Amino acid sequence: MASRTLYSQRDPALKKRDDFEDILEERRNSSDLKYALKCYMPVLYKGVTPCKPSMIKTMVLQSEQLRYVVTELSKETGEATEVIQGEALAILEEMAHKLHLGTVRFFAYMLNKAFKVLYQRIRVNEDGIQRLQQAIQEHPLVLLPSHRSYMDFLIVSYLLYTNDLALPVIAAGMDFLGMKFVGEMLRMSGAFFIRRSFGGDRLYWAVFSEYVKTILRNGYAPIEFFLEGTRSRTCKSLTPKVGLLSIAMEPFFKGEVFDVSMVPISISYERVLEEALYARELLGVPKPKESTSGLLKARRILSEDYGNIHVYFGQPVSLRSLAQGRINRSQYNLMPRHISRRPGEDVQVFVNDVAYKMVRLQEESMVLRPWVLVATILLQNPHGVEAVWLAEQTAWLRGLAQAFGAFLDWPDHISASRAVASGLALHPNLVRAERGRVRLATEPKGPGARAPEEDLFNHAVTVLSCASYRNQVLHVFLRPALLAMAMDVAPTSRKDDVYSCFGYLRDVFSNEFILCPGAEVQDFDEACFLLTKCSAIQILKQDIVATERGRPTLSFLSAMFQPFLLGYQVVCRYLCEEVAESLPEKSYVAGVRSYAVKRILSGELACLEVLSSDLQKNVLAALLRMGALRKSKAGELVTLRVNKSAINTIENTLGGRVSTQKPVLARL
Amino acid sequence: MFVLDNASWTGPWVTDSSILHLLICSSTKEEETGTTREKHRNCTHLPQWRQEVMKWNGWGYSDSRFLFNKKGQAEFTGRRYRLGGLIFPSLKDWFESTFGANLQHKSPPTAALNSSAITPPNLNEPFLQDLKSMGIPHSLEAEDRVFRAHGHCLHEIFALREGRFGRLPDMVVWPNCHDDVVKIVELACQHNACLIPYGGGTSVSSALECPPDEMRSIVSLDTSQMNHILWIDEKNLTAHVEAGIVGQELERLLNESGFCTGHEPDSMEFSTLGGWVATRASGMKKNIYGNIEDLVVHIKMVTPRGVVEKSCQVPRMSTGPDIHHFIMGSEGTLGVVTEVTLKIRPLPEYQKYGSVVFPNFEQGVACLREVAKQRCAPASIRLMDNAQFQFGHALKPQVSSIFTSFLDGLKKFYITKFKGFDTHRLCVATLLFEGDREKVLQHEKQVYDIAAKFGGLAAGEDNGQRGYMLTFVIAYLRDLGMDYYVIGESFETSVPWDRVLDLCRNVKERITRECKERGVQFPPMSTCRVTQTYDAGACVYFYFAFNYRGLADPVHVYEQVEHAAREEILANGGSLSHHHGGMALHDEGSRWGTSAGIWAGARIRF
Repeated sequence: MASRTLYSQRDPALKKRDDFEDILEERRNSSDLKYALKCYMPVLYKGVTPCKPSMIKTMVLQSEQLRYVVTELSKETGEATEVIQGEALAILEEMAHKLHLGTVRFFAYMLNKAFKVLYQRIRVNEDGIQRLQQAIQEHPLVLLPSHRSYMDFLIVSYLLYTNDLALPVIAAGMDFLGMKFVGEMLRMSGAFFIRRSFGGDRLYWAVFSEYVKTILRNGYAPIEFFLEGTRSRTCKSLTPKVGLLSIAMEPFFKGEVFDVSMVPISISYERVLEEALYARELLGVPKPKESTSGLLKARRILSEDYGNIHVYFGQPVSLRSLAQGRINRSQYNLMPRHISRRPGEDVQVFVNDVAYKMVRLQEESMVLRPWVLVATILLQNPHGVEAVWLAEQTAWLRGLAQAFGAFLDWPDHISASRAVASGLALHPNLVRAERGRVRLATEPKGPGARAPEEDLFNHAVTVLSCASYRNQVLHVFLRPALLAMAMDVAPTSRKDDVYSCFGYLRDVFSNEFILCPGAEVQDFDEACFLLTKCSAIQILKQDIVATERGRPTLSFLSAMFQPFLLGYQVVCRYLCEEVAESLPEKSYVAGVRSYAVKRILSGELACLEVLSSDLQKNVLAALLRMGALRKSKAGELVTLRVNKSAINTIENTLGGRVSTQKPVLARL
Repeated sequence: MFVLDNASWTGPWVTDSSILHLLICSSTKEEETGTTREKHRNCTHLPQWRQEVMKWNGWGYSDSRFLFNKKGQAEFTGRRYRLGGLIFPSLKDWFESTFGANLQHKSPPTAALNSSAITPPNLNEPFLQDLKSMGIPHSLEAEDRVFRAHGHCLHEIFALREGRFGRLPDMVVWPNCHDDVVKIVELACQHNACLIPYGGGTSVSSALECPPDEMRSIVSLDTSQMNHILWIDEKNLTAHVEAGIVGQELERLLNESGFCTGHEPDSMEFSTLGGWVATRASGMKKNIYGNIEDLVVHIKMVTPRGVVEKSCQVPRMSTGPDIHHFIMGSEGTLGVVTEVTLKIRPLPEYQKYGSVVFPNFEQGVACLREVAKQRCAPASIRLMDNAQFQFGHALKPQVSSIFTSFLDGLKKFYITKFKGFDTHRLCVATLLFEGDREKVLQHEKQVYDIAAKFGGLAAGEDNGQRGYMLTFVIAYLRDLGMDYYVIGESFETSVPWDRVLDLCRNVKERITRECKERGVQFPPMSTCRVTQTYDAGACVYFYFAFNYRGLADPVHVYEQVEHAAREEILANGGSLSHHHGGMALHDEGSRWGTSAGIWAGARIRF
């Protein structure tokens, strides 16, 4: 099982990782122009002859797969095949990349300039690049970077160009095409564009999947896409989308390629360019439409310091080895391969497992700077702390994080106070250090009295920005913290009670965090192992008990996840108190938000993270999944029907008020 | 090409229709006297004590083998084959560079059969007494028993070379006719003995292996003395033949009357008619003559519950499932095939070889597919991949004159420099045409025209002949490899057209990868060829060999890799076997996902 191999390394702290090298250093000492015009002769897959993008288009249009769908559609609609073929061509024109080396060189030149201004260092694991070079020649390659910023689009291509490796073809959302020039520029640097939704459009699906498969089968270029589907506004990894991944796997299942290598790439930013933008968006200010003028206005960000970027190219993962013993490929033998059909249950489950595994691999190799530890501590102490205590606390957390296998970029010779100070320096907009105390920054009261909502809003921007840094480290603590919370909530300390609470929490939060489906036992074991290792708990014959020494650790862990627990409870409370029986889906987010604002202003609730629309949407998905909400469609209008007793139970269980009930247990 | 005056092969062909003329010294050419000719003929018909002329621990005749002589040159011994005494100058380099082998590192077999190491037979006395009273020849000799305890799977030969013997048959019987078989089967039923029919012993599906836990006395029923053509019916073009007849003998005898069956499996020097029926064999020239199921008109089989046969000899019937299809492929588990009526054809007037060079394997397969589509396949059409082409090239005998080597150089120059073919990618199709002279020439043109559309260049008869010759000597070459730490085997599959390329690439790659993972020190030879074309697909043959120096249990590694390769074949839409048979493979477990259940039930020993 994918999830089993994931945990084969019992102690995550022992995970071996490569060293980094700064690639900007060389760039700072040499000519950008020379760099942009350097000789670029990448090695290719098994000596495949490079092929013009127009050739790929022709191959797609002439493919049996597409011709079959065109004929089928023509039979169904009565339209001439030529007309449908024409539509297919139009789709392809809109979609296809036009990789053009000149444009790539231009981008390389510009990015060089920008990177040198924006970032102190761009650090990359050279070993990963070496492995990539090997992998490119052996099997078709799928690059799977994490997605936290627009920068992700450019940075992988930039690095591959720098290292003389084949440039990837990148799946991008259609919204980019709205930007004048830039859309086309991206296209010429290897992006291809897909519509955000095309559920029912068979022709679109056929063109799209055949396009991806043609590139992959022939190994013309590595395919790059974001498993998370969209930029994570919260810096937490998002639940993976499996559509593109399953298309990319099909050539292997059907025997058209021997294997496919999947390379997880973790890109971590010390300071995300879109930081404040994300927080505003989460608070309900809609995302600005991508536009060229917007991009130009964004130039002012060039004047600030964004610290380091770390890019970690993970071990290539062989699809063949993952599928060994799990997928019976002969199921594809009984139908011509050009007729696409719904993949079987086993394939769907497998693709989903692989997607989770890849996101987990991305998470594990995310580099964490000391600042994320500082942010974690500050969020638990919103009224500020003594600078000295903060440094001590950060050093303590560092130890804990390392024991749990975090990939910390914190060299031994840097003292805690220096690490804290450098973090604070990089984020002056989020924190203030005055008179030996450190606290989250709040806008000074401006002239004239402002509405309390506005103040709240401004403060929330700071909190959510700060939370986005804390979120980067959550995956390290997630499993032990779920155990700590389960111990709080469980009616007794008996092992099975704790386990069922753990399972319950895990289930509730499975839209919020990356928790591989079906891996409860492994997760529980890992949590027990880690907490025992740092002597926070003791596992007795029947019970799991906290040790005296471990109480601070456990309460710290619970506190770290408290905002989520509270958030879920608040939403439940809203649904119980404010909603009669049903509400339109559209008004859900606004409803929760205004309810939360009211409670915060009245002082009943202190947690501002509840205002995050990301959290609210995750609760919605979780409640739908658990059957506490039901969707019903009447024309355009989607309504949510509320099952109050179910929601009540969930809220109470999360609050630890009711001993876990039987019907709830049945879910575990 | 072993005969340097090629012209003699292009003329009308009358003496011998079978492909074996490539290989075997034909008496007419060598001006032998009548008596030696008679003697020579007798050799093709196997004696009761086969070990007198055949190897007990390797392939074929005792006097014929490849070896590296004192100068380190490869040489083929004996006078039985045309290759006899020839030198193969480039084989050594090919051998050493392909396998990382070294002539200094030898792994010779144990010298002689040590009869004392063999467990005495577990005799069924009442059976033996009754058999003696009937006067049916039999033997309890160790040598006879060892000879019939195995087929030619790698693990079987490897064990013999190391002097290891598993469970052996406890005795050997030689029935002379159908009635003898009926009596033997009755006796076996009566006295609870176990019978294993034995024909040519060329099985590669482990079907001759004695079950190690068998407590009953095992009797090997050797059909070699049932080797007569009982009658020839010229009106219906059929011949009624005893099942123990060896392929080359059947063909030779029919040729004398102006006929042939045209059924020429690669093992036809030693395999028997009964074996073909029992394994659903396929012949090289099936495009003209059909596979065994197309050739058979009538089968007589002795089972523990009586004789099974149809009551008429007709081309087709529609009275329920065809009983022949139960018998064909049953690999001796249901009974002993004793007599078969086969279709025969008048000898073809004319035979012509040919070959086509393609720039790559993909183009070659596309061409074969087109040929199959137009249903104009010659008697045989085969496509070797690049590695096999190189292999065939290494088997070029020493050229006699500077002129020939100059010509070879010129040809190579033309193909690689002038036509731009990459010597590491090009591949060769070998062709054999048969029929009326005029039609053959017409047919030839049609095929070459199709080939040209796929970038194919006609490459002469010489290359064609060498391609077919490789098939026959491969088993001798395997013995040579085993003398130098190289083991190998072939296996085959049947696959739909659209999956041929994917299957070939994936299986070859899987073999290479599995070898590496299992600690094989040098990359293996992993090569394939498309050997038959059908309307809906093709037959693909894989050769796979590696240097096993440094491996503790090479046969186990070999079997694991082969198992993986078969798994890959199934995953890519191929079958477990096209013509080797493979009930033992089915029995390996239901994980193959085929009709194992049915056949497991049908496995009857009596």
